[in-house]
Amino acid sequence: MINAVGREIPEEILKITGKEPYQGAKAKDNYEFTRGAAKIHAMVDPARSKVVESIRGALEKCGIKDGMTISFHHHFREGDYVVNMVMEEIHKMGIKDLSICATSLGKAHDPIVPMIEDGTVTSIRSSGVRGKIGEAISSGKLKNLAIMCSHGGRVRAVESGEVHIDIAFIGAPSADEYGNLKANGGKSNCGVLSYAMADAQYADKVVAITDTLVPFPNVPASISMTNVDYVVVVDEIGNPAKIATGAAKPTTDMRKLRMADYCTQFVINTPYFKNGFSYQTGVGGASIASTISLAQEMEKRGIRMGFGVGGLTTPMCDLLERGLVDVLVDTQDFDLGAVESIQKHPDRHIEISASEYANPFNKGAYVNKLDFVILAALEVDINFNCNVVVGSDGVITGAQGGHPDTAAGAKCTIVIAPLLQGRIPAVCTNVTTVTTPGETVDVIITDYGIAINPKRQDLVECMKNTKLPIRTIEELRDMAYAIVGEPDPVQFGDRVVGIIEGRDGTIMDVVREIKPYEFKD
Amino acid sequence: MEIKKAAMAGTLESSDAQVTVEPGDNGIDLSIESSVIHQFGRQIKATVLETLSRLEVTDAKVTVVDKGALDCTLKARVECAVYRSNDITENLPWGGVIR
Repeated sequence: MINAVGREIPEEILKITGKEPYQGAKAKDNYEFTRGAAKIHAMVDPARSKVVESIRGALEKCGIKDGMTISFHHHFREGDYVVNMVMEEIHKMGIKDLSICATSLGKAHDPIVPMIEDGTVTSIRSSGVRGKIGEAISSGKLKNLAIMCSHGGRVRAVESGEVHIDIAFIGAPSADEYGNLKANGGKSNCGVLSYAMADAQYADKVVAITDTLVPFPNVPASISMTNVDYVVVVDEIGNPAKIATGAAKPTTDMRKLRMADYCTQFVINTPYFKNGFSYQTGVGGASIASTISLAQEMEKRGIRMGFGVGGLTTPMCDLLERGLVDVLVDTQDFDLGAVESIQKHPDRHIEISASEYANPFNKGAYVNKLDFVILAALEVDINFNCNVVVGSDGVITGAQGGHPDTAAGAKCTIVIAPLLQGRIPAVCTNVTTVTTPGETVDVIITDYGIAINPKRQDLVECMKNTKLPIRTIEELRDMAYAIVGEPDPVQFGDRVVGIIEGRDGTIMDVVREIKPYEFKD
Repeated sequence: MEIKKAAMAGTLESSDAQVTVEPGDNGIDLSIESSVIHQFGRQIKATVLETLSRLEVTDAKVTVVDKGALDCTLKARVECAVYRSNDITENLPWGGVIR
């Protein structure tokens, strides 16, 4: 069946997953359902302790067995030790056929690959996968379909009961013996625990893993003792240098600076740029540069931001320091500056849950209140569809993150991408894989010009009196192809190895197995 | 042109290609490895073969390790390798077979 972004979703895949094809960004508005629920074991006896000596001990107490679904969060990013520690113990116990429901998986989790190969792990749901897990999935090594979901889509799946987590493992920078968990106050601070909050509420068993046990009560807690079954103390939950890196140096790349300048000029020429506007941006060089140049325009024009949403970095937190934004709402911290900011400004730099951030199936999330979001993409096509997951070699190599959520919510969704990355054109006829539907993307900014989605004639009109190089998306594509040639479609095998899940739980696209390139003559 | 000895041109830097030519006696034996093979393998092959044909190279073993080079770069690396295999490094036919 062809879905609303023109992708063929095989009947067999619809049948296996029980899912519908994607029908449009607002097709599920007002969708009615009953939330899922966790099975609870009551803590009545005050004498009972939650502290367990080892991960192995916690696994045994939780009754881990074949076929269970276990979950992890990704606040420790590439510095995470928790996933590997837990999986190593599970592997030793000989448990098979597990589903991993992670908020994201990265290169730090390469050691999981042998467990995919030997059937310990047979299903993965994640925002994305990088490194060797991506290669393993794309090579067809995972037994079942990998599900790539957005941050909002994952929390939707957990809260709606589509995914039932048997055991959630929550790495906590600090914890007390009764399971009050904080993202700070330890050796491996990560700023917030937003992505773990739904897991704590909806998993049957919740295991906190910490390397810093503090006196009770560890408050204010990001995750409350009321949701935690066991506490395990280990030597190290992560590598602090890779959890919160130093602030990225502002880029000196002229292409990125030019795109940042275009972006700022575009933003300030829309009607949304006024006192109290809201804004989210990413961690790419051009995004950070555009935050810096936007701050200058805000100061010059005396315009304040009402709230900023993140994924936060130091340049966004600087807006708070300089009094240019009223409040930051935070789901993830990408550098030390952001981790420090939330501790320094507890009144104006606020931790929110993943559901508050982006869940399309609650009663309203922050993304719906965004004026601007500044995003990146591997590929954008002439229908404004974006791909942020599958690389030009056909291998799964990225994550949806909040890309589709913020694009769907924001009044003005801007994607910044250099027209060419080496020989690979960022603007093309047809993206390899659709992750974010073009109907939710308004503007593409490249170093060669800017394309506005034709359905946004209001924005086209706003830019008429600017000097910005406005082009059609086809013109941008043609400029790229004139330099590098027209790319051939990636040659895939037949087998579907994963799905790109729309944020509402429908199927946006499928990802097929890679195969060696063949010359066709 | 005849490939008189093994010669190489180019680097393994991003957006470049390293081209090696060696003597052969059974037509063109071409092997291509590329970081962009899926999207540009066909064009890389066509460009290399066209350049060899323009230089009238009929027998050679040619190895291309491409890191996303544009066609103009690929042409230049093939031409350079072929001339080096003939020890020709000066008075190249600019505007002649080298276009």
